[in-house]
Amino acid sequence: MTMVVDARGVGKVFGRGVEAVQALADIDMVMETGDFVSLIGPSGCGKSTLLRLVADLLEPTSGQLLINAKTPSQARLDRDYGMVFQSATLLDWRTVRKNVELPLEIMDFAAEERSRRAEEMLDLVQLDLFADHYPWQLSGGMQQRVAIARALAFQPSLLLMDEPFGALDEMTRELMQQEVLRLWGETGISVVFVTHSIPEAVFLSGRVLVMTPRPGRISSEIVIDLPPERDLNTRESPRYFELITEVREALRRGES
Amino acid sequence: MSESAGKTSSSSFIRGGLSILAVIVVFVVLWEGYKFVWTALEWTEPVDPSDRTLPHTWDIVGALFQPAQRNGPILLFVEVKAAMFTLREALVGFLIGGSIGFWLGVFFVRSQTAERAFMPYVVASQTVPILAIAPMVVVWGGKLDIPQWLTVSIIAAYLTFFPVVINTMRGLRSPQPTTVELMRSYASSPRETLWKLQVPAAMPYIFTALKVSAAASVIGAIVGELPAGFRGGLGRDLLQFSQQFTAAPEKLFASVIIAGLAGMVFVGAVTLVEHRLVAATRRQST
Repeated sequence: MTMVVDARGVGKVFGRGVEAVQALADIDMVMETGDFVSLIGPSGCGKSTLLRLVADLLEPTSGQLLINAKTPSQARLDRDYGMVFQSATLLDWRTVRKNVELPLEIMDFAAEERSRRAEEMLDLVQLDLFADHYPWQLSGGMQQRVAIARALAFQPSLLLMDEPFGALDEMTRELMQQEVLRLWGETGISVVFVTHSIPEAVFLSGRVLVMTPRPGRISSEIVIDLPPERDLNTRESPRYFELITEVREALRRGES
Repeated sequence: MSESAGKTSSSSFIRGGLSILAVIVVFVVLWEGYKFVWTALEWTEPVDPSDRTLPHTWDIVGALFQPAQRNGPILLFVEVKAAMFTLREALVGFLIGGSIGFWLGVFFVRSQTAERAFMPYVVASQTVPILAIAPMVVVWGGKLDIPQWLTVSIIAAYLTFFPVVINTMRGLRSPQPTTVELMRSYASSPRETLWKLQVPAAMPYIFTALKVSAAASVIGAIVGELPAGFRGGLGRDLLQFSQQFTAAPEKLFASVIIAGLAGMVFVGAVTLVEHRLVAATRRQST
């Protein structure tokens, strides 16, 4: 079986000589199709850097990294992944619909196919009634849903999310988490999710990779053995709290 | 949404008209007040209030409705015609300069080497006075058999391109780093990133430059008309009236007003295009 993400001893150094900073060291990470993996750690632990290596927005300085058994750059050229950032990064001058169509335009989809998929994606994130609005007319949560619809529009096999709900309020955040789980269930996509919220990582993931800074390493891996159907009851279950404690302690161990 | 926007724009139009009128009234009162007080007190500093240097505002407006030459059409008619002529040269210059400015901006943003190599000369080109350049262009244009109005347009273009270069570069570099990463994640070609992200993001910047350039292109066209004594435009009339200033100062003032209005019309037209293209879809726009 091919791995969606297969990292062996990956490292990243920024700068050269005396100014060199080791951002990541000895990263081993393996993901299978359909996995939901969270990267969690304090600021500066390199979790966003690791995500950018997977996305071929940065290049590793050591080790071997394969995405769908290809180099990250080939995977990017093959449009194997969709990306969602902390800010929605929607284009102000495009309507919601046209924002979702942006990647499809770049990937040379025919006009009919573009509008069909945009409709479908906006249905999926329940924003079909806002297709002709401009981004600034939408709330932060709605903008982020547009960003997710845009990332899924070209049906990538991998979704990379970089603290996507970091700027949202707690209530919206929980709704969005439920939304992501629903999309994940419906599409069968693999997800790498960067966050610094412990409850968020536990609620969403199949596995949580805990990272520690200077240099960024994966210090422990925690398998989240909550039932696959997750909802409000999950958030109140004893096992959920145990796992939160487990992740918190893993983070604390990393600090000392 | 569109209905309320329509209402605001029509009421703001009226408010805009009223404020322009108010400014004119204040200006006339200050002008005439200065003349009255300075004459009464027999002051001549800083400007002599006599009709020879500061004609009455009504004489200036009146001059527009007097024949410019004996038995000729009235000055207003002559000057509006001259203004149209100059505006046409300015418009061609503006289009040439604007396009050159835009593409230089794109080129410099694409290639840092090119920016480092050529930018100093672009800056230097603007520190050379247009009055020194204009006669050369006229002479060269004459040798190359370029129509005279086109040489004037080239001079106008020379004044026009610089703000467009600077603001195009600024605008093309304005998208957030994450938006640039987003385009890269789509494996977007540089060309597509340019047209789908950078150019739309640069539009407010480019239009700011175009408004400056529109005004500058009118100046460029007027100055460009001077060295060759080129007939038909505002330049020669302004020169002629300034030579006749002591005899008939109101004529010069009147044609200055027309020249100013011509520039305003041009800038106004650019603003209208901007509203059509940019402001309609964006929250934070002028």
